[in-house]
Amino acid sequence: MAFELPALKWAANSLEPGISAKTLEFHYGKHHQGYINNLNKLILGTAFENATLEEIIMKAEGGIFNNGAQVWNHSFYWDCIKPGGSVLPEGDFSKAINRDFGSFDVFVEKFSAACAGLFGSGWVWLAKNQNGKLEIIQESNAGNPLRQGKTPLLTCDVWEHAYYLDKQNRRPDYVLDFLKIVDWQTVANRY
Amino acid sequence: MLNKKLNELIFPQLNYEYSALEPYIDAQTMELHYSKHHQGYFTNLLNAVKDTELENKSLLEIFENISNLPVAIRNNGGGHFNHSLFWNIMSPDGKRAPSGELLKAIEKDFGSFDQFKSKFEDAAKTRFGSGWAWLSVKKDKSLCVCSSANQDNPLMDVSECKAMPILGLDVWEHAYYLKYQNRRPDYVNNFWNVADWDVIENNYKLALNSI
Ligand SMILES: [Fe+2]
Ligand SMILES: [Fe+2]
Repeated sequence: MAFELPALKWAANSLEPGISAKTLEFHYGKHHQGYINNLNKLILGTAFENATLEEIIMKAEGGIFNNGAQVWNHSFYWDCIKPGGSVLPEGDFSKAINRDFGSFDVFVEKFSAACAGLFGSGWVWLAKNQNGKLEIIQESNAGNPLRQGKTPLLTCDVWEHAYYLDKQNRRPDYVLDFLKIVDWQTVANRY
Repeated sequence: MLNKKLNELIFPQLNYEYSALEPYIDAQTMELHYSKHHQGYFTNLLNAVKDTELENKSLLEIFENISNLPVAIRNNGGGHFNHSLFWNIMSPDGKRAPSGELLKAIEKDFGSFDQFKSKFEDAAKTRFGSGWAWLSVKKDKSLCVCSSANQDNPLMDVSECKAMPILGLDVWEHAYYLKYQNRRPDYVNNFWNVADWDVIENNYKLALNSI
């Protein structure tokens, strides 16, 4: 069955001024859609024709992996953010943040540094490893922590297309704005 | 530039105005690309080698040993060389097709100039993520087309197509996003309108002499 572009849960202009409607128009309407179109073409007649995205991420290589993971990563990214964001709820997840990073502020600092420091295109993840510990993971291009058996909780797209229209070369400014709209309630629920 | 000691490198002048390559490459992109991205790589390279024995090495020596050096040197050294080459092989009013010895070599190794172009365009369009497409001269003097990730280049010991690059096209999104957004193929196709084959032919001669 062909993959389809998932609907956004908010209006394309509702993340402004951090992420503009224009960026969304391309990022969601062209890049995300493009990965879906490519994937649907590439899997025809292959072992992945009826596979789930997760199976593709775990087992595929080359173009099928790249496009499949990009489809999953973008859908997950849209679900990580919402207009105005939401505050970090008290509970197991916030305790885990304190346990594994010292404090929420230290986590933010480390996550931001990982975003600024990822060279080239890619994704920065907060994930839960097999032992339940939280980790910040930098992945190039389409990389996804599921492939290492880890559970993704939050991701920031640091491909230049995610911010170039709004921030140009100033990736740290984009990351700062991204962190203002993270839906921490959703992230905590995934934990 | 390749043979100069790193502590003697200077940030290269751009030989044309930011707006000179319009409409194919817009002035805002040129300004950011040159004065922010390239300048950033250059500054970071100098900082990475400052007060180390590496500052007395050349880019060529560094690239040939890049797998043993810190990743900051690979990224920023590549970033500096690649962009310097890129600015040079473009011009507002150069020769738009090869002739002479380089044309002969292209016909020998690719069949025709058009066949070369489509092979090069393919390399540039299909590079996933950030990177570069290259035309290079191999040790046996034949030409080859390849692409590399991020700021790697064919001079690096990690390269799968080890050779002397004479033409490079930047396909990082920052190279085209303001004007072309997701349409990288349009940017790649339009690149031929600003490629300067006088310079590329000269690079070819220099490459042959250095082999
Ligand atoms: Fe993206
Ligand atoms: Fe660049």
